[in-house]
Amino acid sequence: MASEKIKVLTDADFGDSVKSGVVLVDFWATWCAPCRRLEPTVDQLAEDYTGRITVAKVDIDENPMTPGKFHVRGIPTLLLFKDGDLKETIVGLETKDKLAQLIDKHL
Amino acid sequence: MSSERQVIIIGSGPAGLTAALYAARANLKPLVIEGVEAGGQLMLTTMVENWPGYRDGIMGPDLMTEMRAQAVRFGAEIVQGDVTAVDLSQRPFAVTMGKTRHLAQTLIVATGASAKWLDLGVDKKLSGRGVSTCATCDGFFFKGRPVAVVGGGDTAMEEAIYLSKLATSVTVIHRRDTLRASKVMQDKAMSMPNISFIWNTEVIDIKDIDKGEVTSLVLRNIPTGETSELAVDGIFIGIGHVPNTALFKGQLAMHDNGYLKTHDGSRTSVSGVFAAGDVQDHIYRQAVTAAGSGCMAAIDAERFLSGTLHESHQTVEAGL
Repeated sequence: MASEKIKVLTDADFGDSVKSGVVLVDFWATWCAPCRRLEPTVDQLAEDYTGRITVAKVDIDENPMTPGKFHVRGIPTLLLFKDGDLKETIVGLETKDKLAQLIDKHL
Repeated sequence: MSSERQVIIIGSGPAGLTAALYAARANLKPLVIEGVEAGGQLMLTTMVENWPGYRDGIMGPDLMTEMRAQAVRFGAEIVQGDVTAVDLSQRPFAVTMGKTRHLAQTLIVATGASAKWLDLGVDKKLSGRGVSTCATCDGFFFKGRPVAVVGGGDTAMEEAIYLSKLATSVTVIHRRDTLRASKVMQDKAMSMPNISFIWNTEVIDIKDIDKGEVTSLVLRNIPTGETSELAVDGIFIGIGHVPNTALFKGQLAMHDNGYLKTHDGSRTSVSGVFAAGDVQDHIYRQAVTAAGSGCMAAIDAERFLSGTLHESHQTVEAGL
């Protein structure tokens, strides 16, 4: 189950949601097995960084515009935004420690 | 922080989880470090039709979910994360995961193998931007678009067949003029109207790095040296695997191709360290052989711990 600390974003509210602060977005789909594997890691990051960053996810089946806009052609992909600017793109699985390092760079 | 275990298993594919099942049932309370590619290669497959006992096949991820639950049911403890270092110079062996350190009397290495890339440099840079090693993960993005698959083995054929249902066309690019894939997979691929084959050809470049996405491939016909360009939106690489043995360099004996050497069952060059699955098997590489070797490793570890491991009939040279 996804953590309650994770914000569910859609094509409609994506732009506004990444405008300020550091936002980590997980692009996923229900049929994507590696995405399910990454889920606990993302949940854990949401817990660890509560109040410091926003952790969000986008279901690409229901929201095709946003992945298209950011050239996402594989999942899982994590995008890290700071004040609306795309700072990091992480394709595929990655450990929590490595992801934490990437987040820390932008805090 | 450190805790000592009787057995630590690194990896959670069919080899690691079968080792965990057997070790747990032998009351060894194994710790499984599942790794960033948890569940192993079967997590990236669709229907597995050659796992005995499932006459209609079983989905790869479902099979791994079952295996994991079965190991946990008997007391295996599974932790997420990747091992960052091992020290096999003395027992207990040390296994480090970032800031956490575990100690173990025996170690079962089941780290498997990962998909090989083309070594063009550009393919990794465009990963997730049209270059993929996982059709079931990324095929979705190529609905109604042309794609290519590189390779001639079962992996490449499975990718091509899967993609043929989504993409407008699938072009298989293979270095040879015959496929290495099993007959059943070849026949399936050949029967798909939108799969075509380009033989004796290699990919020498992927465009367009400046655009940040795949627009075409530069191909070279191997016998003639002639180059050509193929417009595709995606390229799926299915050219085989490399063993995940970087952690053990200089500590465990390996073959020239990087696979771990084993002897007398699952023994490695270090007493008390056992290996199972694709990390030590560059020949069979099947889910069922991986599971079988995982079982062997757990039994060997159990016997090692109780001092009843049969004598070695062969010594593996410690060529590191």
